[in-house]
Amino acid sequence: MDDMLAVARLQLDYAAAVDNDALERWPDFFTADGLYRITNAANEARGLPIGIVHCAGQAMMHDRVLSLREANVYEAQRYRHLLSLPVVTRDGDTLSATTSFHVARIMQDGATLLFATGEYRDVVVRDGEALKFRQRVVVLDSERIDTLLAIPI
Amino acid sequence: MTLANDERRWADPGLTRVPYWLYRDPEILARERERLFMGRTWNYVALDCELPEPGDYKTSFVGDVPVIVVRGPDGEVRVLENRCAHRGAQVCLKRFGNAKRLTCVYHAWSYDLDGKLVGVAFRNGVRGEGGMPDSFDAAEHGLRRLNAEVYHGLVFASFAADMPAVESYLGPVIAERVKRVFNRPVKVLGQTTQELPNNWKLYVENVKDSYHASILHTFFTTFKINRLSQSGGILVDDSGGNHVSYSKIEVPSDDPDYDVAGLRSDQDGLRLRDTTMLAGRDEWGDGITLQILTVFPNFVIQQIQNSLAVRQVIPRGLDRTDVNWTLFGYADEDEELTRLRVTQSNLVGPAGYISMEDGCVGGFVQRAIGGSEELDSVVMMGGEGAESQSTRATESSIRGFWKAYRATMDL
Repeated sequence: MDDMLAVARLQLDYAAAVDNDALERWPDFFTADGLYRITNAANEARGLPIGIVHCAGQAMMHDRVLSLREANVYEAQRYRHLLSLPVVTRDGDTLSATTSFHVARIMQDGATLLFATGEYRDVVVRDGEALKFRQRVVVLDSERIDTLLAIPI
Repeated sequence: MTLANDERRWADPGLTRVPYWLYRDPEILARERERLFMGRTWNYVALDCELPEPGDYKTSFVGDVPVIVVRGPDGEVRVLENRCAHRGAQVCLKRFGNAKRLTCVYHAWSYDLDGKLVGVAFRNGVRGEGGMPDSFDAAEHGLRRLNAEVYHGLVFASFAADMPAVESYLGPVIAERVKRVFNRPVKVLGQTTQELPNNWKLYVENVKDSYHASILHTFFTTFKINRLSQSGGILVDDSGGNHVSYSKIEVPSDDPDYDVAGLRSDQDGLRLRDTTMLAGRDEWGDGITLQILTVFPNFVIQQIQNSLAVRQVIPRGLDRTDVNWTLFGYADEDEELTRLRVTQSNLVGPAGYISMEDGCVGGFVQRAIGGSEELDSVVMMGGEGAESQSTRATESSIRGFWKAYRATMDL
């Protein structure tokens, strides 16, 4: 139960940072060599390595945030995450968690769409004082993405 | 062609003005289905490698018409319309599958892999009552079979029976560039579908538009990933409908500032912390780092550095379009190269550093033209023709699209 609550707290902080546009903090939820990947269930089931986003290490995550801020063109939008409780298993010091999510996307004109559903497949470790994601694989239920995916899920 | 609404004319006989009603007119959408997608065009439907075994099938589309791409017992690929000859239901429902027979769930009419009707449930009725009359001839009720050709690993289909071979449809210049990428068997590395809020032609024009590339997509310029010198150009086939846009790095060998990643960063400017993505490999030995190729009307082959993809553009109504992305590598490639393609996949697709803008820009046009249907867009960069050019600051290949479009649509 302690593991579940600890992982849930990390996941809620992560979701709050993304939903509140604190994207500069997003890489800090990962270990330095952490892996962040967005893919879809069909690709995962077929063992295909390419999904939608692939960031290996915090440096690549910082690059994505900088690119979103400085380079990429997309309409102002934000997300609202809704998470289930994580199902957590422990192996030594490593926690593995599976967690369902809904992400609504709210455009600047108020248009709101259930943008993504799926599950997080997380590997969480203690990094100094804090728990961090060593791996966060976002498995989207659907192969379809509306218009574009800019902000991380 | 005469349109019901006389206001909707394409007054300009040339290629530099494109009326906005073309993106909004239901009559045009219907005519596109008839003349373009079900007419004399070759339509990409699958990669050959997606159907390795006899009986393997994939459901796909020609325009918005559902089709089944299936490998027969003889190893040849067939393309059948995915519509039961009985009451019109979709026969195959899954994206991928394997079957000896194709059976409709509605009334269990079943077809062999050539589309021939081989089974009708209760054909002789029940206890001597009901059933099909003697006049029913199964041979007249098969799945409609399309013309199909597998060209260097790409499966093309056409509703027209008397099409020229794919190679001559492409023209020699474009065919060479297709074969450059499809020079040996490929394997799928990932698939995704991007739904766009715009007419399909706006996406195809965008792909053909080499003018916008460095303006809308500022990833490379923001991070000062300037190439030492870049040459390239546009190749357009005689029909206008098929094109290649390419660019090439030429590295002066005596330049001490050149680094392996091909990067030059301004000291004061923004720079990437991780440049793994930019350490490309010259797989084709020709220095070409970007090759975007289109086949009329709606197929794209992409090489951006080492990221390879095919994109199938599917009209879903006047203002909805699906782009089916299939990223791939070569069947015989080493793991390191696959890892490079995985890393470089960040450049492309719905979240791609240099392609996410393509997802929204068509919608910006679609939204803005509602009150301007009698007005035209202006396509004059690089002149008025649709010829090959040695610059990418041109809209020659967009004009090529309209040249082929006008000829095929009789507009």
